[in-house]
Amino acid sequence: MQPFSYMRAGTVDDALAALSQDARILAGGTTLYDLMKLGVEAPQRVVDIARLPLRDIRLEDNVLVLGAGVRMSAAAEHPDVGSSAPALSEALWRAASQQLRNMAALGGNLLQRTRCSYFRHGAPYACNKREPGSGCAAQDGLSRHHALLGGSEHCIAAYPGDFAVALAAFDAEVEITGPSGARLMPLVDLHREPGSEPQRDTNLRPTELITAIRVPLVRAARASTYHKIRDRESYAFALVSAAVGLEVEGSIVVDARVALGGVATRPWRSREAEQVLIGRSFSEGRAREAGIAAFSSARPTGHNAFKIELGARAVTDALMIASTRS
Amino acid sequence: MNREDDSVAWPLLTRREALIGAGLGVGTAMFHLHLEPAAAQPSAGPSVRFDDQVGVSFTTNGRELDAVVDPRTSLLDHLREAQGLFGTKKGCDHGQCGACTVHLDGERVAACLTPVVQCAGRTVETVESLERDGELHVMQQAFIDHDALQCGYCTPGQIMAAIACVREGHAGSRDEIREYMSGNLCRCGAYENIVSAIEAARSKMEA
Ligand SMILES: Cc1cc2nc3c(=O)[nH]c(=O)nc-3n(C[C@H](O)[C@H](O)[C@H](O)COP(=O)(O)OP(=O)(O)OC[C@H]3O[C@@H](n4cnc5c(N)ncnc54)[C@H](O)[C@@H]3O)c2cc1C
Ligand code: SF4
Ligand code: FES
Ligand code: FES
Repeated sequence: MQPFSYMRAGTVDDALAALSQDARILAGGTTLYDLMKLGVEAPQRVVDIARLPLRDIRLEDNVLVLGAGVRMSAAAEHPDVGSSAPALSEALWRAASQQLRNMAALGGNLLQRTRCSYFRHGAPYACNKREPGSGCAAQDGLSRHHALLGGSEHCIAAYPGDFAVALAAFDAEVEITGPSGARLMPLVDLHREPGSEPQRDTNLRPTELITAIRVPLVRAARASTYHKIRDRESYAFALVSAAVGLEVEGSIVVDARVALGGVATRPWRSREAEQVLIGRSFSEGRAREAGIAAFSSARPTGHNAFKIELGARAVTDALMIASTRS
Repeated sequence: MNREDDSVAWPLLTRREALIGAGLGVGTAMFHLHLEPAAAQPSAGPSVRFDDQVGVSFTTNGRELDAVVDPRTSLLDHLREAQGLFGTKKGCDHGQCGACTVHLDGERVAACLTPVVQCAGRTVETVESLERDGELHVMQQAFIDHDALQCGYCTPGQIMAAIACVREGHAGSRDEIREYMSGNLCRCGAYENIVSAIEAARSKMEA
């Protein structure tokens, strides 16, 4: 690992003053420190924000506000999170392991980087995200875990996280503080599709800090679930996942939320699936139709085409679970 | 069973020795020490100070120590190489296997992905802390009674994770134990017996 100099920030102002182009923020370290060991990340300076007072969970009117420093395990088990948005709690406890959830903070969680093995391994494999312009070994390589949605000829790396997918379904926003003050950004604008610049994962500037996540508690959030399909029952990244929420009046769906994980280059909100449901009566057949619509624009590779059917079924099953909660 | 090699008479480190030990192998040219917490400085406005070598004080298994560390050092390497505590194992060094599980302020964490600088002012407990006056912790005894290991390499991590799992209240059923112990891999496949050991120890720990 390349040597770096270290600063422990005591306040948000200290952290902001310390941030610069060559400095990286350290929260739980389960992504950053891991990638530094692999040589993927090699910051000159590291600003440790683990001690900042960003650990509050509170309800503001009908908005759930989660501090960026809240640990995954604490958020997963917080009664307000479980009761007001079960999809969020499930996305958290179905991610990683309890050890990692005790370490990782929600802000860092959103910004975890892809698990593409070519990206993690580096040379001799080409990777545009790691070494811009070098090519993309996944296009003709092993692509079972790569994206079917939102990719480009330059990169098809899947966004691996769970929690951000659940947040995308419910119009969450991130509170960001930087040199020019604070701003709010819709969660769906935080992550970028690779396009021709796969090295840029997000629209966050290096001098900015995420301080909190805000989730409007619509009725569909209360009747929600995070359904995660993996190669094994626990402790694995999603092959495909669906975060869904429903609000049904009589038998008519008045609000539907569908977001997909494991299959796209960023947390993927599926308006196509939602349009199939909203304003119509709910049935298993309709749920299946929505599942198929969610993958209508999928562009599979040689190894991941099975996720079109698997994903359609995951969305269907998730909607059936949510319908029992609405 | 929880010592890798009892024949190694590792000296109990004094604070000063620990400090020297931690500094071994460090060849960085820039070397400024910063032992006082930043908050102690009288300051107006933001205080920014980066260090290439960082002073940390924390407690391991009831023993306080001061160390000066290269910030690249993981808690796992510090335990094994500077503190001589070999019970905590390195499996993957990337958070994937659970062999390095220790308790930090009472919560289970992966020591391989914990930079030791993040332990400042905190309390670390390793598998070596469990035996008291020659008596094994009930979880250790349960692992023996239920034959919950073969090679034993994953065992210290399994035991530290298992104790935390019970304390968290996540050992209510065999299924719940499987879910909340999934971060600890066992290449020998002793899983069934590990679950049985945890079930048995849970009853005793809760009694
Ligand atoms: C073995 C393993 C299995 C895993 N399985 C899963 C899984 O199944 N599902 C899942 O969702 N995740 C999984 N993860 C990923 C894990 O959830 C993330 O690594 C973790 O959430 C990152 O949080 P952190 O606090 O450790 O972030 P760090 O590693 O500290 O930071 C991550 C990134 O975010 C930046 N950053 C951190 N905080 C802020 C902030 N407040 N503002 C701006 N930038 C910030 C850092 O600079 C860094 O670039 C797994 C990880 C491992 C190692
Ligand atoms: S998919 Fe993206 S991250 Fe993976 S090798 Fe291609 S460019 Fe790199
Ligand atoms: S050595 Fe830490 S999790 Fe494998
Ligand atoms: S007992 Fe051998 S790895 Fe678990």
